[in-house]
Amino acid sequence: MNVTMNRNGTELTVAIEGRLDTITSPELEKQLEPALEGVEKLVFEMKDLKYISSAGLRILLTAMQVMEEQGSMVLRNVCPEIMDVFEVTGFIDDLNIE
Amino acid sequence: MKEIDILAERTNLPRVLEFVDGELEALDCGIRIITQIDVAVEEIFVNISSYAYDPEIGPAQIRVEILEDPISVVISFIDNGKPYDPLAKPDPDLKIPVRNRKKGGLGIFMVKKTMDDVSYEYKDGQNILTITKTIDK
Repeated sequence: MNVTMNRNGTELTVAIEGRLDTITSPELEKQLEPALEGVEKLVFEMKDLKYISSAGLRILLTAMQVMEEQGSMVLRNVCPEIMDVFEVTGFIDDLNIE
Repeated sequence: MKEIDILAERTNLPRVLEFVDGELEALDCGIRIITQIDVAVEEIFVNISSYAYDPEIGPAQIRVEILEDPISVVISFIDNGKPYDPLAKPDPDLKIPVRNRKKGGLGIFMVKKTMDDVSYEYKDGQNILTITKTIDK
C-alpha cells in the first residue's frame, strides 16, 4: 500500500494505492490521524486502490466520524471490486462516493 | 486438495493469500470473485489469529479444494484453539447507519454474504470453518 497526502488549505486529499487490509491499515491510520487536524474537506482518491477488507472499512468509518464534526468527506474513483464490499456491508448508504 | 500449515499470526496473512490465490489461478475466475475470496480468507484467518489461541499463538491449517460440476472452491480453516463458532454472532443491522452500529462482526458478515456456503463444526478438539464459492453456475 502507498499513501500520498496533499494538503491545500483546509482540504486534504489522500490517495491510496494497492491493498488496504489487516497488514497495511495500521499504517494508513497512523498517517491519517494527525493529518486530519483542521481539515474541512477530506477526499480519498481511490482509483489505484484495488482491495479493502474490514480493517480498511474501520478506518473509513473513523474518518467519517471525525469529518462529521469537522466538515465533509468524499471518496473518488472507487473500483467495482471495492464498490462490491461497500454494497455488501451497507457502507454504500453512508459514504459520499463521487 | 492442497493444504498449508502455518502459525495463526496476522503477519502470515500475505503467505496465506499467496497460497490460496495460487490455487485459484488455474480457474481463471476473474478479479471480482478473487477479491471476494481474498476478503473472506483474510477475515477468517485474522479472526483465528486474534482469538483462537489468545493470548498465545498456535497453528492453523488451510485446505483448498477445487470441485467440478459446478466448478467451485472449498476452503477449510482448521485450528486447535478454543471452541468458537464465528457464525453464531448476530449479523450487523444494515438499516442502521454504519457509524451507529455496534463494532465488530463486519468481517464474518462479508464472508456470509459473498460465499455460497459457510459452515462451522467443532470436532476432535478442532474448529473447522469451511467456505464454498461457486465459480461456474
